[in-house]
Amino acid sequence: MTVRALRARRARAALRTTAFLSPWLVGFGVFFAYPLASTVYFSFMDYDGFAAPVFNGLENWTYVLTDYPAFWPSMGNTLWLVLVMVTCRVVFGLGTGLLITTIRTGAGVFRTLFYLPYLAPPVAATLGFVFLLNPGTGPVNALLGDLGLPAPGWFTDPAWSKPALTALAVWGVGDLMVIFMAALLDVPKEQYEAAELDGASAWQRFRYVTLPNISPIVLFAVVTGVIQTMQYYTQPLVAGKVASGVIGNSGQQFEPGYPERSTLTLPQLVYNLGFQRFDYGSACVVALVLFALAMACTALLMRRRGGLLQGGD
Amino acid sequence: MTYVLDTPPRTTAAARGARRRAVLHWIAVHALGVAAALFFVLPFVFLFLTSLMSDQQALTRDLTPDTWEWGNYTRVWNTPGFLTWWKNTLLYAGLGTLLTVLSSVPVAYALAKFRFRGRRLALMLVISMMMLPPQVVIIPMYLFWAKQMDLSGSLWPLIVPMAFGDAFSVFLLRQFLLTIPDEYLDAARVDGCGELRTLVRVVLPMARPGIAAVALFQFFYAWNDYFGPQIYASENPAAWTLSYGLESFKGAHHTDWNLTMAATVLVMAPVILVFFFAQKAFVEGVTLTGVKG
Repeated sequence: MTVRALRARRARAALRTTAFLSPWLVGFGVFFAYPLASTVYFSFMDYDGFAAPVFNGLENWTYVLTDYPAFWPSMGNTLWLVLVMVTCRVVFGLGTGLLITTIRTGAGVFRTLFYLPYLAPPVAATLGFVFLLNPGTGPVNALLGDLGLPAPGWFTDPAWSKPALTALAVWGVGDLMVIFMAALLDVPKEQYEAAELDGASAWQRFRYVTLPNISPIVLFAVVTGVIQTMQYYTQPLVAGKVASGVIGNSGQQFEPGYPERSTLTLPQLVYNLGFQRFDYGSACVVALVLFALAMACTALLMRRRGGLLQGGD
Repeated sequence: MTYVLDTPPRTTAAARGARRRAVLHWIAVHALGVAAALFFVLPFVFLFLTSLMSDQQALTRDLTPDTWEWGNYTRVWNTPGFLTWWKNTLLYAGLGTLLTVLSSVPVAYALAKFRFRGRRLALMLVISMMMLPPQVVIIPMYLFWAKQMDLSGSLWPLIVPMAFGDAFSVFLLRQFLLTIPDEYLDAARVDGCGELRTLVRVVLPMARPGIAAVALFQFFYAWNDYFGPQIYASENPAAWTLSYGLESFKGAHHTDWNLTMAATVLVMAPVILVFFFAQKAFVEGVTLTGVKG
């Protein structure tokens, strides 16, 4: 083949690749690169959406980090949720996954039942849980009362609102269950047989055979869990709104975080600053903090051995 | 191991013991399964039972309705706006899903099967976009749609971007396409197919489960989306979706938990129905999200 023909062929291949990628290339520019750069730009601007933006240096940054009363509580809440909610979800996901792979009779029915709550639309599920955990009349406290157990205030008590959200998140653990189920079925049978011959107890089989085999999946579940927690928005906002009794159309504006900022998360701050206070500059500062945290976790996911980039070159 | 020597020789009594242990194990596992199933199912049951109570009874601690008020569902259905929310949600979810699949398939195919410079970088960017919380870029995006395009108060700012490849769908499809052996593609090329024909004639039929999973995920994503409609559609009730409208329904029917629960059931039901018809594709999709391989 001549050099010219080769070159023409390469050019055609490049053109073909670009053509196939083109929808995403446009999307990347218009819905990712441009707005991201724009967010950085606005974070140094005083802008309310009406008057022209004015450069104000680091003022938005110092405001968010030192004066905005909602910032550090939401960082604290996120840390709490990462430590407790993510752990609970991973433990329950693994637990139900183990249960499903051990159950002999009616495994299909059990799997469907365990999985269903994951599909419940978040707004609907949250509304349902606020009702179920309603301190006065909800069925859960009614049952707890019948059993002589203390009946907490759940979504209306700052000490119990995050545990209530955790219960909601654990209820929807079906996605992790399916992922763990697939991983557990992939563990080589011979390893269990060998362990059994060596007289390993059930716990030892789990500790020395199951866990090492599925540890990459556990890590995957933890990191994606952390990323989801940083994006946690709909459930805490809707729960706070509904539990507080503030009504959307009544003209009252709902400050996210009810009760007492205990359900605030970073995305809610972007909404509060940007769309309730029209302080777009400060909203962009919070957005960038969120971005940095999310990307740090993503880097962790991509770097792990056999990670998301697997199959690339 | 000396351990083996310590075990008594197998007798019929020992065999019976092993059998009894197996039965006890079966009972223990299934009891645990039933307990877990109750945890997952009872909330649905309580919601459903409350949706059939009278206004007053929904505010009591009762668990089962005294009178079965099926009329609650008609009342919710006839609420002004409820049908509009349905229509809008179907438009957002249906059209959005269609556009996502059409625009994501070629991108995923290129990322999975073409060799080109920058492929790894492109993949890393796709993953970064996938992990990007939507709130990070919402301020410029809102300003763009509201001020430049004058489209706030509608769902178009949510639908149009789906025509430009959704990162999660691209990623999921790529993972799926990697499992299709290159030999099939080479055979098609030898037969004189161009890339587009190879994609349509050979790859797409084999990728059907992957596409089904992506379509389902996207449909559910749009159906469940609250943040998007809240930002773009909240000012115009004619553009509300079910997820957004449901919350305002609770606001308007402050103490009518029975009606709110009936509305909640009506929002949950279609998703669960779709799941029963497409369970296999869905479970496959979840498994594919980054774990296989």
